[in-house]
Amino acid sequence: MDVISFLMLIYVFVLAIFVGFELITKVPPTLHTPLMSGSNAISGITIVGAILSAGAEEFTISTILGLVAVIFAMINVVGGYLVTDRMLKMFKKK
Amino acid sequence: MNIAIEIIYLIASIFFIFGIKKLGSPKTARQGNLFSSIGMLLAIVVTLLDQHVLTFEWIIIGGVIGSLIGATLALKIKMTGMPQMVGLLNGFGGGASLFVALSEFYKISPIIPINTGIAIVLSLLIGSVTFTGSLIAFGKLQGLVTGKVVKYPLQHPFNLLLLILVISAGVYLMINPGNATLVLIIAGVSLVLGVLLVLPIGGADMPVAISLLNSYSGIAASTTGFILENNVLIIAGALVGASGIILTLIMCRGMNRSLMNVVLGGWADAGSSDGADPTKGPKGDVKSVDAEELAMILEVASSVIIVPGYGMAVAQAQHSVRELMLALEAKGINVRFAIHPVAGRMPGHMNVLLAEANVDYDKLFALEDINNDFSNTDVVIVIGANDVVNPAARHDKSSPIYGMPILNVDYAKTVVINKRTMNPGYAGIDNELFFGDNSLMFFGDAKDAMGKLTSEIKNL
Repeated sequence: MDVISFLMLIYVFVLAIFVGFELITKVPPTLHTPLMSGSNAISGITIVGAILSAGAEEFTISTILGLVAVIFAMINVVGGYLVTDRMLKMFKKK
Repeated sequence: MNIAIEIIYLIASIFFIFGIKKLGSPKTARQGNLFSSIGMLLAIVVTLLDQHVLTFEWIIIGGVIGSLIGATLALKIKMTGMPQMVGLLNGFGGGASLFVALSEFYKISPIIPINTGIAIVLSLLIGSVTFTGSLIAFGKLQGLVTGKVVKYPLQHPFNLLLLILVISAGVYLMINPGNATLVLIIAGVSLVLGVLLVLPIGGADMPVAISLLNSYSGIAASTTGFILENNVLIIAGALVGASGIILTLIMCRGMNRSLMNVVLGGWADAGSSDGADPTKGPKGDVKSVDAEELAMILEVASSVIIVPGYGMAVAQAQHSVRELMLALEAKGINVRFAIHPVAGRMPGHMNVLLAEANVDYDKLFALEDINNDFSNTDVVIVIGANDVVNPAARHDKSSPIYGMPILNVDYAKTVVINKRTMNPGYAGIDNELFFGDNSLMFFGDAKDAMGKLTSEIKNL
């Protein structure tokens, strides 16, 4: 990868950090736990990398590691979204 | 095809951003979580169409196993167990990054461009620390590992040594990109580092630890994105990283301590000594009260503030607390809740428990919104909270919690403190609040005590 495209990735990273700060600064304390478990589910985005690792054609050590990664990431994604939804269902205004 | 995939990744990123934005208000939060999960679904489906994905059996097997475990955990866990659940899920996220980094190394080795190499080393380091660190946090919250502050000689120099070892191995890997032993050393040492970094952190500092690990799991996803040159990983990971850092800082501010102080296992002296010096501690008699007397005191009150703490979670007393609130309201008493930012074991812990018990979130007030109201409140009921209501934090410069923002419950006309025993709180210091002229101790398990009090009030 050339330097320019690597720098573009850094750009994206830095800007996304700023977006994250802007979005989250104003979250009320009541929602801190769902925010944490909801953002935790988003960190399961590693599933994308895990799928690419596990889906290689030939079966190697790399594929096995990918399989473990898929399992871990799916626990994170499915568990994270479900548990967040369970919590948010309770935050109803009466 | 590649362009189509990239565009879908962009759309997924937008869903994540809107999802997090909507998580910021109770009215839209559930929709926000839905948005974010749609983003995730899009990212997963489009990745399956990637030309590099040629076989599907392992993906399907792994996906099904992971989904089943994740769904079981999410649907079985009790609300009081939420901190350890969040810790555990965090760990799996970090672990996934670790394994993707390992897998990528074996796939592309021995020809590794330097920037990819750096990203692999960082993913291994952060992913591993998140993985074992979160498992230890889970163990501490679940009671499998001691919740106390753990201290041993040369703790910090040793951790620093491990970090230097990882970095040196990383640099060496850049010179010898095909050396798998180095990669295993980096991963192995980082896994140990994760254990050692979280082990010293005491139970009451868990809100900071959990938020910080949450942030790490996002940064690990980002570094994995740098390995794969994939923008959606970088963006999603950065959003999570930023959110975790903000929560971490809010928690640190709630204790008036620096992040370093918490991470290095602070409150060191108080936590490790065998209780406070008996000659220096607050003195006097405590006045104890039973449910019947307390009901009579409450009957003539017009305003009540309830201050819940970790003790409420341990006793699973949130439903009894709500019953108490309803009984008081039935007598025309104004009831509000005051929530300290670090009450419980994770950010927002008390809010979730009270939401589970159907307490309207409009009745829950943050420290800065309610602290001036204690002086014109008739009765404050403290349930299982200790250090966050200790007046020593305001005036006693020798106290380890000096300077920590506290709820000024002692300014109320009467303070009722529900505790099981007179044992000091986490910081290992006596609480002069218990000896105050306007303080009444109401001993007993929070759930039983609130149940008795509620029936006494109804009998009036």
